[in-house]
Order: sequence, then structure tokens, then C-alpha cells
Amino acid sequence: MSAPRILYCHCAFAKVVPADVKSAVLEGLTGANVEFDAVPDLCEMSARHDPRLRDLAAQQPLHVAACFPRAVKWLFAAAGAELAADSTRVWNMRTESADAVLNGVLERTSPAESVR
Amino acid sequence: MSLVPASRALVILRGGDEGSLGGAERARVAQLLLERGLEVACRRDQGVDAADLGSDAPEALAARLAGGAGVGAAPAAWKPWFPVIDYSRCTNCMQCLSFCLFDVYGVSADKKIQVQNQSNCKTECPACSRVCPEVAIMFPKYRHGPINGEEVHTDDVRREAMKVDISALLGGDIYSMLRDRSVKAKSRFSKERDDDRALKERQNCLVALKASRDLDIPAEVLAALPSPKEIQAKAEAARLRAKTAIEGAAAPSDTERD
Repeated sequence: MSAPRILYCHCAFAKVVPADVKSAVLEGLTGANVEFDAVPDLCEMSARHDPRLRDLAAQQPLHVAACFPRAVKWLFAAAGAELAADSTRVWNMRTESADAVLNGVLERTSPAESVR
Repeated sequence: MSLVPASRALVILRGGDEGSLGGAERARVAQLLLERGLEVACRRDQGVDAADLGSDAPEALAARLAGGAGVGAAPAAWKPWFPVIDYSRCTNCMQCLSFCLFDVYGVSADKKIQVQNQSNCKTECPACSRVCPEVAIMFPKYRHGPINGEEVHTDDVRREAMKVDISALLGGDIYSMLRDRSVKAKSRFSKERDDDRALKERQNCLVALKASRDLDIPAEVLAALPSPKEIQAKAEAARLRAKTAIEGAAAPSDTERD
């Protein structure tokens, strides 16, 4: 299986994700020297039905650092972009620590939540 | 390396080899760009690199990149607030269509409930989510679960209790009814999946009362509401749309009849 593509959501339009977690995850990703895509706010993109969401959803396997997997799945769907249930994993920056998110997204450890 | 972004909304930052931006610098530039509403891609072999930073601080580089993309200092103070339907839970009962007074919901050509006018949604008002019998409506920017998209627990679902009597809403004394109710346990259900609270939110819309402190409706939203008479007319129209949609979904199509 190929290396997962990484997508990071900054949730820029609201303060529901702890700022210190967001900063630490972003720093961890840039410090790890991996390629990744970072978007300002998946909600905002979904609201605009941004076609970029289809491009991002097509990248498989996909690891997402964002919020609740259920919300992420249906935000993509609302924009006409279906996330593949068996190859998309979401880590929740609202409830998990930055270390847990980074370890998961970067595959340092295996636990994750699928979008099923 | 040109400082022109790859597209109007995308900036590519190079990292991971000699000459690239360092991790901390890339993180800072990326954060500043994201907060301005730009998408950022970090790549090993292309994009803005250390030479572009020069003697500038990351803040100056981010400002230059954002300026090149035609983006100002910060994204608009708009909160993406709109319902997101979890179709794995939705049963197409149309209660949300009946309940919302602002025509946020509509019905697709195949008679399926959908969010059609999300910009009509009133920021911070999650009332339709509170009354969804299947906990199928999310507002991802909301503070608490399950409305924020958190996994649904068994005790979040109280289907029959969430069937709202719209006629009672329009004609009954809601506050009298609420006063008569016993005090509920302080469970997540009672706090977030609360028909009382939803009714109060909606009742505020019906009579344009000033918002109570425990409700999630901003005063400016209430101030902008139409008259009670207009709202009642809207509610009745919404009820009829929902009824028509349900009947349409239940009726066999021409093909099925043949």
C-alpha cells in the first residue's frame, strides 16, 4: 500500500479546536518533513462546495487531522466528495492530544478512527 | 523561486532538503497563510523556499504571499454555520423541513431531504438538530456533542420524544407547557438533544422575544425576524412542503405503477 496522503484542517473560522493542539500538529507535520496539504477550514470549503474537496478525497489512502470523523465524512459528502471508508482515517484535534494526532497521522502508531 | 502562488488560493512551501524552509519557519508561514484563508501544500521538491524568506521574518513572507494571492490580513469574520446531514442516520422524515422557519431545507428531485439554502441558517441556532428524531443533523462548529458531529450514543436517541407537534408550537402556550415539565436530569441528552430548548429557540423566533441568556440565538438574529404573522405563514408553508415531500416519496412513480 502506498504512503498515506496527509490532510490538515486549521478550523480557521471558529475556535472549537484548541489552538495549542492545532499549532503543535502543524509544527509536527512541518518538522517531520513529510508532504501534506493544509486547508483553512473544511466547513468553509464544504459550504462553498469547493471542488478541491473532490481532489483531496481522491487521494488514497488519506489521513486527516481535523475534528469528529462523522462530521468530516458528511462535510465532504455535502460537497459531492465521497471519502473512501476503508482507506480514510480521521484524527480528532478537538478531543485528542497533539501527540496522539501526530503519531496516528504519521503512522508512528496505529490507532485511528475510520469514517465508516 | 517565484512568489506567485500556484493558484489564487494555494501556496506551496518547500521543505525537507537543503535550501528549503526549516520546519519551524514553514509551520509559522503555513499558520499565518491558513489564518488568512489560503490553502497550503508542503512539498519536498517545489514551492517557496528559504531563499524567498531571505532576511524577512515569516510574518513578512506570509504577508507577501497572501498579497500575491489577493488575500487580505485575515479571513472574513464569517462562521461557517449550516446543518450537515448524516445520511446514514437520516430517515427522510422531513421534520427538519417542517421545523425550520428559514427555508434552509428543501427536497431534491428524488424526494430526499437536503440542505438547499445554507446561507439562510441563523448562526448559533442548532434548533433543527435538537429535534431531529435520529440525531442526523450536525453543526460541526457547535460546542457540544452529538450536535458537533461526535459519535451518537444510544441515549442521545429518543425518537418518539423528539416528534414535535408543530400545531402545538403555533397555537399552544409553549411557556405554560414548559413550566409544567418536571426538571430533567442533567444528562447530555437533556442539555443538547432537548426538545424544550429547541421549542424555546423556535418560540423566540415565533414571537420575536428577546433572547434568554440560556439560548443560543444571537440578539441580532431575533431583531431581524419577520412579524409573528409572517412567521406563522412560513411555518405553515414549510409544513405543507414537508407533507407534500413525504407523500411524493411514498407514492409510486409512473414507472413503478406500470
